[in-house]
Formats: sequence, C-alpha cells, structure tokens
Amino acid sequence: MGRYFSLSAASLLLASGHAGARSVLEPVGEEAQQIAVLFWVMLSGGALIWLGVVALLLHAALFKRHGMNERSASRIILWGGVVFPSVTLCALLAYALWLMPGLRPFTQAMGSTALRIEITGRQFWWEVVYHPPQGPPVTSANEIRLPVGERVELTLKSADVIHSFWIPPLGGKMDMIPGRTNRLSLLATKPGAFRGPCAEYCGTSHALMAFSAVAMEPEAFRSWLAGQANPAESAGASGGALFLRHGCGSCHFVAGTDARGLIGPDLSHLGSRITVGAGILPNTEDAIARFIARPELIKPGSRMPAFDMLPPDDIRAIAAWLRGLQ
Amino acid sequence: MRLIPKEVETLWTLFTAPVVWIAHFLVCYIGAAIYCAKPELVGLSFSAVRAGIAAATVIALSLIALSAWLAWRQWGFGTDDPPHDDPTSRDRSLFQGFATLLLSGLSFIAVIFTAMPALFLTECIR
Repeated sequence: MGRYFSLSAASLLLASGHAGARSVLEPVGEEAQQIAVLFWVMLSGGALIWLGVVALLLHAALFKRHGMNERSASRIILWGGVVFPSVTLCALLAYALWLMPGLRPFTQAMGSTALRIEITGRQFWWEVVYHPPQGPPVTSANEIRLPVGERVELTLKSADVIHSFWIPPLGGKMDMIPGRTNRLSLLATKPGAFRGPCAEYCGTSHALMAFSAVAMEPEAFRSWLAGQANPAESAGASGGALFLRHGCGSCHFVAGTDARGLIGPDLSHLGSRITVGAGILPNTEDAIARFIARPELIKPGSRMPAFDMLPPDDIRAIAAWLRGLQ
Repeated sequence: MRLIPKEVETLWTLFTAPVVWIAHFLVCYIGAAIYCAKPELVGLSFSAVRAGIAAATVIALSLIALSAWLAWRQWGFGTDDPPHDDPTSRDRSLFQGFATLLLSGLSFIAVIFTAMPALFLTECIR
C-alpha cells in the first residue's frame, strides 16, 4: 500500500512539477522544429489518403452497383495500387532522407569553440559532465543546462544497460549503449525548462528515470556554469558534518568537502536543481529527506540503501544542508 | 538469348530479381558499415563509397530490367491475361513469367529505395 501510495504521489508530482513542459509538438529546438514539420506533413498526407480511400469505398458501396470491366479494373489497380504508392513512398522517403543531415549536424558542431556535454545513463539517473571550450570540466547530475542559440554537442554513454536520451521539444532520441559513445547535437531556440525522459526500457524504475533540461540565455548560462565550477556554500554546517559522519560521502561527491564517492549522483549543487531523484520530485527539503529515508519507495530498484535508521532530526539536517547547496 | 533450355522447368528465374535485390542490399549496407567502422582500412573517401553504391545500383537495376524483359517474354508479352490457372505446362510457364515480372517490379523499386540514402548522406555519422 505504502509503495503504491508513494508511487502515485511521485507521478502526481511528476505531472505537476513539469506543468507546461513542452512536447514534440511545441518545438523550441532546430532539430525538433524539423521533426514537427515532418510529423505534420506525414499526418496531413496520411489523412488525405485515408479520406480518398474511404470516399472510394463509399462510392463503391453506395453508388457502384454494377461490376467494372476487367480493363478499367486493371488500370485502377495499376495506377492506384502500384504507381501511386510507389511514387508517394519515394517522395516521402526522399523528404525524410533530405532532412537527415540537418537532424544530425555533427561536423559543424565539432569546432573547438563548442560546448560539449558528456552524459552517462545509469540505473536510474544521469551523470552530466560539462566540457566548456575553456576551463576545467564541471560535473553535475540529473539536470542539463544549455545556452540558447548555440549548438551544443552531447556525448552519450551508458554505464550499465541501454538507455535513451531524449529532450522532446529540442530534438530526436539517441540511444545510450554500454561500451559505445553516441553523439547528438542540439540547438535550443528559446529559453525554457523541459522534461527529458529515459526513452528505452532500462529496468524497474525506467519510468521514474528523467531529468530536467534548461535552455538559458548564453550570458546567464556562462555565469551559471562558472558558479557550478566552484564549491557551493550551504548554511547549516551541522548537516554537512552529519552527511560525512553517516557515510553518505562514500557514494556521493560534494565539491569542497571530504565527500568523494563516485557511485551515486554528484550532489555539489543539488539545491540549485529543479528536481531531485532524477526528475521525479520537486526540489524541497521534505522530498530530499523522504528520499534519504526510503529511496526504494520513491525509486524501486535504486542502488541507494535506506537510511531510515538514522534519527529523523539528522535526516532533516542533512536534507536542509543539501537543499542549501545552491 | 536463352540461359536455361526451354524444356527444363525451374523456379530459379522467378527468384532472379529478388536475389539481385538481396545482393545489392548486402553490398550497400556491408560496404558502408565496413567503411564507417574502419575508414583507414579502406583508404577511400566517403564520396568513393557513394560512387560504389551508385555503380552497384546501376548494375542491379540493369540485371533486374533484364530479368523483367525475360519474364515479359516468358509471359508472351502480355498476349494472355491472368489468371493462368489451367493444369498445363503452358499456363504454368505463363504464370511463372507473370509472377517474375511482378517480382522484378518490386525488386526494382526496392533497389532504388535501398540506394536513396546515399544521395543525401555525405559523411559517416558515429
């Protein structure tokens, strides 16, 4: 019962936390724009053909009471059943293929001035490393920020099973395959916050594996990235001490502290993220505390053990400290 | 031109066009896969791969057109209308000719569809 309750609570939050999250039909990325046009072309073409077939069917059923001679029947089959589908399919295929180089524009994005973001799928979260053209790499998790109007290269990997990376309003999907590096490039055209789901079944909590994607104005993005490169200051140092004392640091990394674990998500700037638990809970102290106490209720199959044996005050202090890591 | 004596009844002519389609498909996909996995092994540019696909396509389409012409002839150049369903060797031959002609048409279109990506893709994407 408890599991069902928390799962439905999580999905409610999922729905409300991303209210207004855009879909593929409201594109704000160059690639997604082309995909949306392709969708509407296919849909209208399909609708026209369907109407034509239904009209023919009605015509035959209602008005055409007598048979047709063999010659005209053969002609209808030849033109309607062979020539028309072949030509239409050929045209649609040509249109889709013509779009492809634009949907996967790699060489242009490969310039050394481009920002590269390395994303590794893990059951059931995302490791994110920014490689800016200048400066050291910046590590984060479960949230991807990118500058508007600049092409960004994404390097996609997996540490365990096949995942699939997808930001619907920005571009198409790309699989993350263990032992392989796939590349994707995206260009956001408007600022906004979007939800990116894992688009390939990857295990028990596949449906609860998501991330937030934020497209920001280039200047805002650069100052944000510069801030992420430095350790965050959080009030409530007692929470920080408890975090280390209870061993959280053996799995999680928090910049500027002795927490150097690399098994779970990097928490250096957890407080500045839109969601916690990889895109499924709003970023509140309460949600963080619930995750610490019983991760398997929120994310079944998660590798993080439950910490509900800790005193509730300790959990709250740790949650407050993490929330303060802006 | 007669490759197989008239008195020999074989189904092989029926498969000619689809076999050409299979061969063309494998040449295009395996060729592109090998080139994109190990460009240094082949030592050619991607344009050479596209030219190779174009050449394979011209050869495949010519073979299929030849198969279609032979089938058309076997069908008696369309003098008899289907269905050829009498239990006679003449009808069997006409049926096979007509079926081969249809399969040739399908294979012709399929070969064009297989080759079309090479018209638009200008690099290996990895």
